[in-house]
Amino acid sequence: MSSLVTRVRLKQIEQLIEKGKRLDERGLRDYREIKIEQGLIERAEGSARVLLGKTEVLVGVKVETGEPFPDTPNEGVQTVNAELVPLASPNFEPGPPDENSIELARVVDRGIRESKAIDTEKLCIEPGKKVFIVFIDVYVLNHDGNLIDASALAAMAALLNTKMPNYEIKDGELKIKQGYTPLPMKSHPITVTIGKVNNYLIVDPWLEEEQVMDSRISFAFNDDGNICAIQKGGSGYFTPQQILEASKIAREKAAELRKKLDW
Amino acid sequence: MNEKPEKLIDKKGIRLDGRKADELRPLKLQVGVLSNADGSAYIEHGKNKILAAAFGPREMHPKHLAMQDRMVLRCRYHMAPFSVQERKSPAPSRREVELSKVIKESLEPALFLELYPRTGVDVFVEVLQADGGTRCASITAAALAIADAGVPMRDLVVACAAGKIDDTIVLDLYDAEDKLGAADVPLAFMPNLNAITLLQMDGILTPEEFEKAVNMAMDGCKKIYEMQKEALKTKYMVVKEVEE
Repeated sequence: MSSLVTRVRLKQIEQLIEKGKRLDERGLRDYREIKIEQGLIERAEGSARVLLGKTEVLVGVKVETGEPFPDTPNEGVQTVNAELVPLASPNFEPGPPDENSIELARVVDRGIRESKAIDTEKLCIEPGKKVFIVFIDVYVLNHDGNLIDASALAAMAALLNTKMPNYEIKDGELKIKQGYTPLPMKSHPITVTIGKVNNYLIVDPWLEEEQVMDSRISFAFNDDGNICAIQKGGSGYFTPQQILEASKIAREKAAELRKKLDW
Repeated sequence: MNEKPEKLIDKKGIRLDGRKADELRPLKLQVGVLSNADGSAYIEHGKNKILAAAFGPREMHPKHLAMQDRMVLRCRYHMAPFSVQERKSPAPSRREVELSKVIKESLEPALFLELYPRTGVDVFVEVLQADGGTRCASITAAALAIADAGVPMRDLVVACAAGKIDDTIVLDLYDAEDKLGAADVPLAFMPNLNAITLLQMDGILTPEEFEKAVNMAMDGCKKIYEMQKEALKTKYMVVKEVEE
């Protein structure tokens, strides 16, 4: 991956961060500009596009019917899939999902699932037999770093935009009626990723910073400001003090974003 | 699985399997259990039974995956079809792919990757029986296997989870506690370097509870770390005596 950025430039990024500055003139704890657009794919029950700086993620939500899991017969099913589509980066290849896209999907899934964002009990049609399945498909369109936060934001924005078909049950048969109702939601998780460059913690690392940083940690927070999912990534480490500091920074940033988004 | 019990921890602070809140399950660690691997280890962590093997540093296959400036560490975490209640398909699941990745990333900080350019180390982890906390037990065993292969390390990596059941923060959750509990925080640690190399969480914790869980998991790691060192000594001290 690092072939596209010269070592000189990586060194420059590193030295700037040590002085509390960044190449794109952000502060160490600033997000890039965030733009959210909802409902741009009419065929999908819900959709949203998030621009996080130049990182661009499109999420489409499809709602279909299917069988519930045997251990949760009264609950609808949530599934997240992520595609790192080849048009998003010279480093993405077509083919089955690799470990990066699987990790991305599972981290996004965990934030939504553990915060109980979707009210899955309201998605039950017939206990043990028929429930609604919410397919959340994350499509990365342009990779410029911090795919986790951009994808988590886009997934939530798409879910908030999702409309479910009205239905009734007649003689055990599901009949779709006219009109739509919003997908029942209970919480609005927000995920914040902190990168570690040498011993400095930075919020929202972009692509070139990702190549200098030795590890990252993502925290998802629910509406109450409690932590609902964590994922450390990258081949470096954090000291226990850094973990706690990162969790505090992430919590503040999540609260800030929540206010801005009015979630 | 049985009916959900009313309480996972009683008034006296005793858990369903009889442990106290900050008590580990019984552990057994063994080094050098496979003759064909360059290094190997076996761990029994409660009912978890896990084998880990390390090969290398050796030439990378396929060759194009080799890195000109460093060694490549590859890990495969895999569960045997018979390791869980309902047969698991032997094909790697998305969970296994993710765990393979985080286990690799938890071990990398311990290795001097830059000293062995163009080579690879492969670590294979087979979960023979699972009872909650397999990723942590896998890391503990994998670190021993790498050490047994003679690959220089900055420190051993040791892992252990903490979590929340009912309203209590507890150490080392087993399967039922993991499934019915409120949160699970697996953590890998290099005690001598004070470095956390894996941290994940699911469930819901307040910031205070999270801090307590991290500290409890690190304390658990330190105890297992002593057993890891003991397991290495058990193999290598014997050899030394024979030579004398």
